[in-house]
Amino acid sequence: MENLEPLAAQARSAISAAQDVATLEQLRVDYLGKKGQITALLKGLGKLTPEERPQAGAKINVVKQELQELIGQCKETLESAAVAARLASEQIDVTLPGRGQSTGGIHPVTRTIERIEDFFSAIGFEVVEGPEIEDDYHNFEALNIPAHHPARAMHDTFYVDESTVLRTHTSPVQVRVMETEQPPLRVICPGRVYRCDSDLTHTPMFHQVEGLLIDEHSSFADLKGVVEEFLRVFFEKELAVRFRPSYFPFTEPSAEVDIQCVNCGGDGCRVCSQTGWLEVMGCGMVHPKVFEYSNIDTERYSGFAFGMGVERLAMLRYGVNDLRLYFDNDLRFLEQF
Amino acid sequence: MNISEQWLREWVNPDLTTEDLAHQITMAGLEVDAIDPVAGEFTGVIVAEIISAETHPDADKLRVCQVSTGSETVQIVCGAPNARVGLKAPLAQIGAVLPGDFKIKKAKLRGVESQGMLCAEQELGLSEESDGLMELAPDAPVGSDIREYLKLNDKVIEIGLTPNRADCLGVIGIAREVGLLNNVVVTQPEFARADVSTQETFPVGLANPQACPRYVGRVIRGVDISRPSPLWLQEKLRRCGIRSIDAVVDITNYVLLELGQPMHAFDLDKLHGGITVRNTNAGESLELLDGQTVELTPETLVIADESGPLAMAGIMGGEPSSVTETTDSLFLEAAFFTPELLAGKARAYGLHTDSSHRFERGVDFTLQVEAMERATQLVLDIVGGQAGPVIEVVEESCLPVRGDVTLRAARIQKMLGFELPADEVVRILSGLGLAVTSTDEGWTCGVPSWRFDISIEADLLEELARVYGYNNLPVTHIRADLVIPSQPETTLSARYLRRHLSARGFREAITYSFVDPKLQALFDPSVTPVALQNPISADMAVMRTSLIPGLISAMTRNTKRQQPRVRLFETGLRFVPGDKGLRQVPTLAMVVTGNRVAESWSSVSESTDFYDIKGELESLIALTRRSDAFEFRSAQRDGLHPGQTAQVTLKGQAVGFVGALHPTVQAELGVASPVYACEVDLEALLETQLPEFAELSKFPEVRRDLAVVVDKSVLSSDLMSNVRSVAGTYLTDLRLFDVYEGKGIDPKRKSLALGLTFRDQSRTLSDEDVNLAMDQVIDSLEKNYKAELRN
Repeated sequence: MENLEPLAAQARSAISAAQDVATLEQLRVDYLGKKGQITALLKGLGKLTPEERPQAGAKINVVKQELQELIGQCKETLESAAVAARLASEQIDVTLPGRGQSTGGIHPVTRTIERIEDFFSAIGFEVVEGPEIEDDYHNFEALNIPAHHPARAMHDTFYVDESTVLRTHTSPVQVRVMETEQPPLRVICPGRVYRCDSDLTHTPMFHQVEGLLIDEHSSFADLKGVVEEFLRVFFEKELAVRFRPSYFPFTEPSAEVDIQCVNCGGDGCRVCSQTGWLEVMGCGMVHPKVFEYSNIDTERYSGFAFGMGVERLAMLRYGVNDLRLYFDNDLRFLEQF
Repeated sequence: MNISEQWLREWVNPDLTTEDLAHQITMAGLEVDAIDPVAGEFTGVIVAEIISAETHPDADKLRVCQVSTGSETVQIVCGAPNARVGLKAPLAQIGAVLPGDFKIKKAKLRGVESQGMLCAEQELGLSEESDGLMELAPDAPVGSDIREYLKLNDKVIEIGLTPNRADCLGVIGIAREVGLLNNVVVTQPEFARADVSTQETFPVGLANPQACPRYVGRVIRGVDISRPSPLWLQEKLRRCGIRSIDAVVDITNYVLLELGQPMHAFDLDKLHGGITVRNTNAGESLELLDGQTVELTPETLVIADESGPLAMAGIMGGEPSSVTETTDSLFLEAAFFTPELLAGKARAYGLHTDSSHRFERGVDFTLQVEAMERATQLVLDIVGGQAGPVIEVVEESCLPVRGDVTLRAARIQKMLGFELPADEVVRILSGLGLAVTSTDEGWTCGVPSWRFDISIEADLLEELARVYGYNNLPVTHIRADLVIPSQPETTLSARYLRRHLSARGFREAITYSFVDPKLQALFDPSVTPVALQNPISADMAVMRTSLIPGLISAMTRNTKRQQPRVRLFETGLRFVPGDKGLRQVPTLAMVVTGNRVAESWSSVSESTDFYDIKGELESLIALTRRSDAFEFRSAQRDGLHPGQTAQVTLKGQAVGFVGALHPTVQAELGVASPVYACEVDLEALLETQLPEFAELSKFPEVRRDLAVVVDKSVLSSDLMSNVRSVAGTYLTDLRLFDVYEGKGIDPKRKSLALGLTFRDQSRTLSDEDVNLAMDQVIDSLEKNYKAELRN
């Protein structure tokens, strides 16, 4: 018993000096294991008198407990140091770019069409598409543009043969809808259209979204409401909108819609040719003749139609300054969207 | 239509600035495209008269002129060839500022002092070019300001008229609109009826009264065509964009601009027998005023005499019967041609004239006599002569019919969304010249002869809305029943596929639907594409039968701009002619070239290959949840590599292809690295299957790997199908995880490493279960593919 304290001191210093978990384990075995030195002392208690035993046993147990705790603490310290060392060695440069396929993108024209579709889908318009090589009847005749009508000259039509054209607008899709479905109707028709014209401000192909609403009680006032709201939502701005009388053979009354210039706010700039206004779409009440072609009762139903040029809206929205960029497909352009 | 503001204000003069006037008519549907000054900005220019003109002592081409300014005589050195004694010309005095901020100072020209500058039209911004001093009228008041004298403080208002507003193709029509919009009276300038001083007439016959129901003519004898067109007349025409020719032509153009009635003047002495308005006879031709001779088609209406066609009716006069310097007598024409029957005629000859523009859209059919009187008075005033009586031949039954149009008050409410007060309705419609009568339900309106665009109720609604002001009309929200639209879960959208490809590194391209026939033929030589009759250019002449040529072009434009890596896709129609007619097929296509992934610290720069683009297509196919229904089979396609091209089938039907560009095509296009392309019918990718839940097994899976050596010609997909068919029901997954050719393997053979996973729903599989399955697989591969196990 007299060597308990020196043994304990020896053990304490050995444990504290241990540099790794394995040494610690060895020390635990040496002192506290089945054949350990402290264990041996406990085993030697039998040699004492029954009176001395409890006191001596308690003392040894205190030391045993203490050494166990010390080993535990040192082990914990060594382990966390080992983990820390490993983590330190595994340090990486987290600012290096990640791995894998880069992300692509959607063409600005498609992006714009999708936004327009979303607005109108939200108020119950159905998205409808149709052929791009179209017959004369659907592109012109059924839209109240008979042969030799002066309005045909406004269209710069591409001809495939005498009675077949590349559609000059997406309105023929509306005609196809009116032929097959019964009012009330709410549709928008996005897509490619073609005009035989190519210069700084015209490409021979461009995109339109046209809309049509037919109901028993739709008026010019409704049309104004839809168009004004759409333009404000599209540009996310409180814009002044004005309606100017115009002429389309398939609507009456017809209007051109101008918005306050999104570039200068209406003060006049290069974008709006100093007028403060930008022409963004055409619209009007469906012409009775168009209804007659599609056998829709003009007394019961009325409706309105509107059409907009997608490239133009995208130019105004994103600041694109050259129409021809849309179809050049330069990656430096596409990557901006 | 270009109109001089001053001319308009002679008819109607509201208290508005030019800008306000322009805004007002724009908002009434007559869109003002531009407002331009009629002359350049200048000051200090007066009317001056040349008193003497002598040759410059040191310069042959210069003249030293003494010029009267009214108050003094100044010396001007001038180089114009027409600087002559007695000429009245504009003089920019010392201190004058000419267009372009050009200040006139005292100057010496070759040693002779010049106190100002005599001006040409061009120098005052009155014309694009001129060949001498501007010659003012002999009665021009010397000393007066030239701006005042020529009334140059005027603006040209350029109006982009819509085709329905033929009535506004003359000052009279625009004045009518302005009068109504401002509640201001329109005063038509008064002119005297010409005295008839000869009874001479000329026979006129209408052989096609449907096309020409009214023809008004007049003989004027003894005109002096040498008299110049007066400056006021020339100026009015110039401001409206018409060049002065001679007095007679200028007068007919004046009436055209003022009243909207096209007129024509013939040299009476060149006419034979009489006038007939008829269709062309076979084989007739005509030399037109513009110098070209045209072969006339039978449906062309002509003004003819006994010798043949004189003019293309309503389009252009003929050269042989035209007025020339030697003309002594005129036959003036003012006719009405039916718009529907004249429409398209000019265009068929590649012509478009001020006359055809108006007749096609509709000229007031009651205007001809008045126009004739107006023109006659001007002719007599300017070139003199003796006028015969007005000759009018008319077929009343063929003139346009102006039926009454009914307007119901309820319809205003329904279509415009508000109630327009009755007195306002009457004010607007009457102001437009309609004869308005009230009825129980609304009004009955008689339509004036100049309005060809009003025949139904909607036309009246438009007039009301337009004049009342679109922006004064109410704005409402649409109302409709809220119906939940169908949302088929087994249909994917093209939008979804586009997003998917975008997320996988593709940029969406949009290429023209018409392509270069040569490029098209590289990929689809067996198909004759739809050709355009009037392509914009030779390289945009045919409709694409495939999206690949356009995408390849877009790609090469990028590789030529030093973009080494391009991944593009497009969705759109391709146009495939066939026995059953033209098919317009929604299609998705991709092209890739360059490195597999973008250059990065973390990846070796490996070139993309066939399996990359195939993988992209498979990722799309996976979205359809029916990958099993698609098959890839080696195929040959024009423009593509014969050994690296697959046809894609869906349930046995060809729906597209994927492959490498043929190396020679690639070289022709000038692309450095291999190009891979894929095209699939969009429809094949849009149908998907509803997910159907299968119970998850609670029991462990067993994986066995197997490497077999087979001939290189064995197709992996065949071998895999075979494995699947014989491996039994426990097989849940089969993977090909390695393909090896080379060292240690017969050069004609390859090694395929397969990973098979087995599992059962109801129990843990025993070794025997799996061994049995593996034995069946090995047996089958040995038997069917001469496969050897590889260790």
